[in-house]
Amino acid sequence: MRLARVTLIWALLAAAVFVPIAAAAASPLLAWRDPVYILAGFAGIMALGLMLVQPLLIAGYLPGLSAYRGRRAHHWIGGALVVMVVVHVGGLWITSPPDMIDALLFTSPTPFSPFGVIAMWAIFAVAVLAALRRRLGLRTWRIAHMSLAVVIVVGTAVHGMLVEGTMETMSKAALCALVLAAAIKVMADLRVRRRATSRGESPARQ
Amino acid sequence: MTTVVFNRRNLLAAGGTVLATGVSGLLLPARAQGIAPTPSMSGGSNNYRKGAATVDRIGKGGFWMTGTVRRAGDGAPLAGQRIQIWAHTTEGQEHEPQSHGATLTDTNGAFRLEMPQIIPIFGQPHGHLAYDSGEFKTVFLRPVMRSAKETSLEAHFVLQPA
Repeated sequence: MRLARVTLIWALLAAAVFVPIAAAAASPLLAWRDPVYILAGFAGIMALGLMLVQPLLIAGYLPGLSAYRGRRAHHWIGGALVVMVVVHVGGLWITSPPDMIDALLFTSPTPFSPFGVIAMWAIFAVAVLAALRRRLGLRTWRIAHMSLAVVIVVGTAVHGMLVEGTMETMSKAALCALVLAAAIKVMADLRVRRRATSRGESPARQ
Repeated sequence: MTTVVFNRRNLLAAGGTVLATGVSGLLLPARAQGIAPTPSMSGGSNNYRKGAATVDRIGKGGFWMTGTVRRAGDGAPLAGQRIQIWAHTTEGQEHEPQSHGATLTDTNGAFRLEMPQIIPIFGQPHGHLAYDSGEFKTVFLRPVMRSAKETSLEAHFVLQPA
């Protein structure tokens, strides 16, 4: 019974991440794109998928992973997110330098660009702060990471939904909704847990 | 024999009509005098190649780019104006030479150039047009298609002297 539940949770997570990737891989638009542009697009889609995994890992919602393992995976995937964003932006820059420069300078005519660029800077900021987190102190680090996570998740979801690209609309909307829902759920739960901890009660899981 | 009935309703209706035609008659020419020049759109000049050849059709065609070119102020149609067009299509990326072409406006200031189907690039299905011939100020347009399935797109220029 427990095994069935564990398998189901992991299967659902895999479906949420990989169905949108598979749907995008079937997009007719790919026929008219060169490899660099295709890679850039998929780096963005994978980054969106990783954003669903991140809160679930840190909150310990994924069965079969110890809290320690979950935290380690969260750190590594955070690093992978930075790499994905660099590949996404770098690949788009190679594909059309003037369009990417417009986006980075916030002068692009496309409404989704500023959301993506702001989310990108927030991801870079989390990476820098994560490297300095021992010096920041746990409380400051937590507040900074949480605030930036809100910017990343909202910015990315809006960016993704407004883009007309290789992603299939339904699977994209479902993944964006799950990313937002996971972030909201984890943030709410962590607040409750911290309150319980500060009141001296023993938390269910830390 | 017709009986003209003067009642308040008729008077108001007639009065209103006279007022409407009179006022609009006065206003319209004034508005025509003030046709504002089209500003360049942001991102409009991206991947522009100066001096694309005037062609009967870009590539194999199948998609129509249409529009008009008028003079700022009086809105008079401008004939023989060179409009350059490019886009990411089924036959090439935006920056590639085969994706570019130019056409001239007819006596009514209208232009129409067949080109390959535009497909979404950088998140939006869009085309690029340029007036860049020197007589008037350069204008770059970047119209967006309402749907990627559409097979035509239009853009309109109102030019001011350089």
